[in-house]
Amino acid sequence: MTIMMDTGNRIAAKAAVMARPEVVAAYPITPQTTLVEAIAEYVANGEFKGEYICVESEHSAMCACIGASAAGSRTFTATSSHGLLLMHEMLHWAALARLPVVMCNINRVIGPGWNIWVDENDSISQRDTGWIQIYCSSNQEIYDTVIQAFKLAEHQKIVLPVMVNLNAFILSHTSMPAEIPDQQTVDDFLGKYTPHWKLDIDNPTTFGNIIGPEYYFKIRRAMQEAQMNAKHLIPQIAKDWKKASGYFHGDLFEYYKCDDAEHILLSMGAIGAESKIAIDELQEAGHKVGLARLRVFRPFPTEEVRKLGKQANLIVIDRNISIGSEGALFNEVKAALYGESEAKATGFIAGLGGKDVTYKDIETMCQKAIQGTAKEQVWYGMEE
Amino acid sequence: MALKDYPVDECLLQGNASCPGCPATIGLRLVLKALGKKTIMVVPACCTAVIESLYPHTSFDIPVMNIAFEAAAAGASGVEAALRQQGRTDITVAAWAGDGGTYDIGIQALSGALERRTNFIYICYNNQIYSNTGIQRSGATPYAAWTTTTVSGKNEFRKEMGEIILAHHIPYAAQTCISYPEDVISKITKAKNIPGPKYIEILAPCPPGWRFSMDKTVEMGRLAVDSGAWSLWECENDVMTFNGKSKLILEKKIPPKPVEEWIKYQGRFSHLFKPQRDEERLKAIQKYIDDLWERYRKCYLKP
Ligand SMILES: Cc1ncc(C[n+]2csc(CCOP(=O)(O)OP(=O)(O)O)c2C)c(N)n1
Ligand code: SF4
Ligand SMILES: [Mg+2]
Repeated sequence: MTIMMDTGNRIAAKAAVMARPEVVAAYPITPQTTLVEAIAEYVANGEFKGEYICVESEHSAMCACIGASAAGSRTFTATSSHGLLLMHEMLHWAALARLPVVMCNINRVIGPGWNIWVDENDSISQRDTGWIQIYCSSNQEIYDTVIQAFKLAEHQKIVLPVMVNLNAFILSHTSMPAEIPDQQTVDDFLGKYTPHWKLDIDNPTTFGNIIGPEYYFKIRRAMQEAQMNAKHLIPQIAKDWKKASGYFHGDLFEYYKCDDAEHILLSMGAIGAESKIAIDELQEAGHKVGLARLRVFRPFPTEEVRKLGKQANLIVIDRNISIGSEGALFNEVKAALYGESEAKATGFIAGLGGKDVTYKDIETMCQKAIQGTAKEQVWYGMEE
Repeated sequence: MALKDYPVDECLLQGNASCPGCPATIGLRLVLKALGKKTIMVVPACCTAVIESLYPHTSFDIPVMNIAFEAAAAGASGVEAALRQQGRTDITVAAWAGDGGTYDIGIQALSGALERRTNFIYICYNNQIYSNTGIQRSGATPYAAWTTTTVSGKNEFRKEMGEIILAHHIPYAAQTCISYPEDVISKITKAKNIPGPKYIEILAPCPPGWRFSMDKTVEMGRLAVDSGAWSLWECENDVMTFNGKSKLILEKKIPPKPVEEWIKYQGRFSHLFKPQRDEERLKAIQKYIDDLWERYRKCYLKP
């Protein structure tokens, strides 16, 4: 074990390389660039021995991962924002083809106008592609999650691509220490990749040809079942990883001081980490409020949200907006509660375009919700 | 190569879903004979995705990966990289795409894969239209041809994909036509044995798309070559050679047939003859071809 003091991107690259993918295909975009540059350094110093395809676009990056995965190799890529959006068609393709590609997405604003700061609309807008989506809040969590992502994606009860999300700059470019286990620990944990299906000249099969409604219906249903399986496999795989490496990151939620809480704050990504300080302060001031930081957006942890709704009123902060509706997390939390709980839910849209969300802001949002002075959905900082 | 020496293996099976007289299946059959069973093929959206037949059936006896319309070359890049990592350099990776997937929506991925020196063969079967979606114009559709999106005839000339490919200076590029089986087989065989990126384009006269009778597919290809509307050539390490009649046309040893001899059989050009001859457009078509050959002569005819 060594301690690596580095940025989220470079720690993600370290994890990706230690998972020993046979093929990496990627295209640079701020703020993901330092991640693919780090992989290029590992190619140069011999630490990464796989193929590194410097494709001409993110669309081709995902296509190349699809091709490599279909040919039976473990694959990895990384992107952000516009790169992720350019991949959209192929995100569906990878998931429908049941190819366990692992990707890091650095959450960044979508233009116009051009803005490179944090915002989660990029990945949230891909939530229906069939990918498992995990949101991290520290560099250690990034390392652990990337390693576990390969295990999850390749698990025979899942066989779906996994997207590990980290917020632009707050995580991607901020140095924090992470414990890195030795290579053998990772090798033993992941094992050798055995593809679920592959292009094989000894068993010539046509993949992805024209298909009638009956079979297609089954394919979609099987994907849904795979996502549901991930709900219990995500924590289970995390427990196995803890046994192997000593670290645990892997529940659907990270709960913080939720015992006796009458109000529970739900947030994701870096806001999720910042929320802990806010919870400490609020509890000190006598408020019965706890935190449930959502790690896994797909599959959506419906049962866990219902449990929270039975215990407390819910406060939801979204760093995204489904224009014409509401924050995506708020939306899904309310859907989960429907008919199951009388809990009040209050939603805040905050931090769009990279606007800072400090623990003080989070405290203010919680106080408004607790006092009951907030409307159902609030654009924080622009109430007037 | 004599007919008796053609590989006997059939990787395109009977009972596929193509139209009668389909040039794509003629091309596929020849190409797969030359490539053999140690081939993985990547197919984007195009008529071939239909020709493969309906899941769970297939008309291919080699592994095939379907991929999105614009994605053949990028998908093949991934397959090739994976096989190289696995040490399976004995397997040929081939992309098989239409002119739409090559000239238009897939040109970026293709150019990228060629520039990266990907070890694969990219084959474009060019029927000069989007036929899968019901005969719309593509960048390969010739001037004045009717399609459902160029109702009174296309206003623009086709782009010369061959010249675009040559600008990549890949080890092997060629143009052929389904009407010349020997030419197809020898070019594919040659490409198979050259490392690095290879591009082969096959003219594929499409009966429903060009509006001619389905027993005339082979003839339409021959007339295209005889008239100089299409040419057979290969370029190996920047050394250009024209083949067959195209060589004779280049060297002015035979005059090409007037292009009218080719287009008059195709309903897609019928508006140039009825109700009266459209001399202006007929001349423009001929001039485009004459100019093309003059350009070829300037570039490739050694004095
Ligand atoms: C992104 C995208 N846009 C459009 C289509 C619809 N589409 C499918 S095949 C095709 C045309 C294919 O033309 P070509 O590549 O020439 O092959 P052909 O059909 O002629 O065999 C089109 C427009 C698609 N599948 N994907
Ligand atoms: S439309 Fe043309 S290319 Fe397509 S299957 Fe029919 S004949 Fe073949
Ligand atoms: Mg076509």
